[in-house]
Amino acid sequence: MSAFRTSGPARAGQYAALLAYLVFLAFPFLWLVSTAFKPAAELGSLHPTWIPKDPTLENFRQAFDEQPLLRAAGNSLFAALTAALVAVAVATPMAYVLARRRSRLTAAATGWVVVSQAFPFVLLIIPLFLILKNLHLINTLGGLVAVYVVWSLPFALWMLTGYVRAVPAELEEAAAVDGAGRLRILVSVTGPLLAPGIVATALFAFITAWNEFFFALVLLKTPEKQTLPVVLTHFLGAEGVADLGPLAAAAFLATLPSLVVFAVIQRRITGGMLAGAVK
Amino acid sequence: MSVTTAPKRSAERRTGPGRVRSRSPVHDHGAWFLVLPALLPILLLSVGPLLYGIALAFTDAQSGRTQATRWVGTLNFQDLLHDTLFWDSFRIGLLWAVGVTVPQFLLSLGLALLLNQRLRLRWLARALAIVPWAMPEVVVGIMWRLVYNPDAGILNETLRDLGLGDGRAWLSGLGTALPAVILVGVWAGMPQTTVALLAGVQNTPHELHEAAALDGAGAWRRFRTVTWPALRPVALAITALNFIWNFNSFALVYVLTAGGPGGRTRLPMLFAYEEAFRYGQFGYAAAMGCVLVAVVSVLLALYLVGRLKGDQDR
Repeated sequence: MSAFRTSGPARAGQYAALLAYLVFLAFPFLWLVSTAFKPAAELGSLHPTWIPKDPTLENFRQAFDEQPLLRAAGNSLFAALTAALVAVAVATPMAYVLARRRSRLTAAATGWVVVSQAFPFVLLIIPLFLILKNLHLINTLGGLVAVYVVWSLPFALWMLTGYVRAVPAELEEAAAVDGAGRLRILVSVTGPLLAPGIVATALFAFITAWNEFFFALVLLKTPEKQTLPVVLTHFLGAEGVADLGPLAAAAFLATLPSLVVFAVIQRRITGGMLAGAVK
Repeated sequence: MSVTTAPKRSAERRTGPGRVRSRSPVHDHGAWFLVLPALLPILLLSVGPLLYGIALAFTDAQSGRTQATRWVGTLNFQDLLHDTLFWDSFRIGLLWAVGVTVPQFLLSLGLALLLNQRLRLRWLARALAIVPWAMPEVVVGIMWRLVYNPDAGILNETLRDLGLGDGRAWLSGLGTALPAVILVGVWAGMPQTTVALLAGVQNTPHELHEAAALDGAGAWRRFRTVTWPALRPVALAITALNFIWNFNSFALVYVLTAGGPGGRTRLPMLFAYEEAFRYGQFGYAAAMGCVLVAVVSVLLALYLVGRLKGDQDR
């Protein structure tokens, strides 16, 4: 590092840029939090302030009164958890094959994984809507879960293939030479080494499903079935007139699970993403 | 990648028919059983619907209609050709995708280079970057609506405090709506782009940097000759994917403006969604989907060709 010492003014410029970014990054979120804790009187004021003068939890109570937030969160949790578990369960064996074996099939599958990342969902959602309607799966969480599984598969395969490649094939070879069977090798040699990657992938699939909006908007019709992101938009009301306090409170709550989970796995996702995008 | 596969290929070659046990447990037909659980759902709920969707584009399928659906040939596409509203939304989609992707890339690149320096508040930037990345798009939209709110929003209040006028109704102004949503798009995607670019920057060999500095190369020269060549594959990949993702985006703008005012932020996805699920024109919306897929495919092909060339160069 010593070879390029930075001059004083340049350093100051760097800190100014960093500070500008921090402000840009943080201010909408801080405003959301501030709004969530403001009493109605302050929200109506023409000169809003950063820090609530009279902080209150009233908005949170009102948010739960106005919309079925708990039920929506339960729906989201069910859909996201099921989708994540199923996605990882079916993706792991396939990722293993993709990573360890080269053939036309694996090349085609890898190609599909890349291509499907880029798909405009609208071309998929119309046929999916018609198919699920014929199967009487419209307005059911089961139908949504099925869509989420398939939707999160490409990325799950992408990440998991990278993790399998990181496990040296020589370890498996050694176990095979020692006389271990195929299943035995997968379960007792490769499995434990893959476990952290599998957990990270499942958590990522969980967050994408928890945050997902478009499919849920189209497929779920009644409020009893709707997931959290869809229910949040009900706060916006007609013509964009919104009850700002409860809206902010509900939005703030909906973000917390994602933030916590994401903070835990962020590093692993970055690695998996890069491996997929560049290699 | 090329480093790790080279020994593997030679290992495969050694595995002749005379060997009893193959190197890896998937060299026999058991592979099919490992692939099927994922392949079936992909075929049934992804490849299948895609083909079905393309077929729908050539029919007059509508929701809730009692007559049978008929083939109409290329009629939907002919209508689309003359649908000025669609081409407006297409133009807006391109403006939005360029308007988000380009500043996102430039700002993120600057930031990645900055975060590669030993600065004090670096950890805070990395910690905060999780917020936009992990947030549901719906919440990002709601949050920025609170910021942009004409009366109770912080943006107008800050402008008033700075003596920069009375502020505006940003999201409902004909001229300001698109720039306002673009700013949100940049905000939402920057952390992901920055982290990807930062990883690329950190791949640059440090010795090269020092050697260049000793030779008296300035910061710009060092960037051009050392950092950029190593960063280019990551930069290309992330930019191509960002562009495609932005072109296809829906939730953020749906929540911010629902396509308004007067269609000024009606992205192609919003337009197709309304056509399909508000007006029930499944066939017509599917034709729109086909056009969008075609556009994205061209971009994707360019990206893949670039990637392959990059692989050969190495």
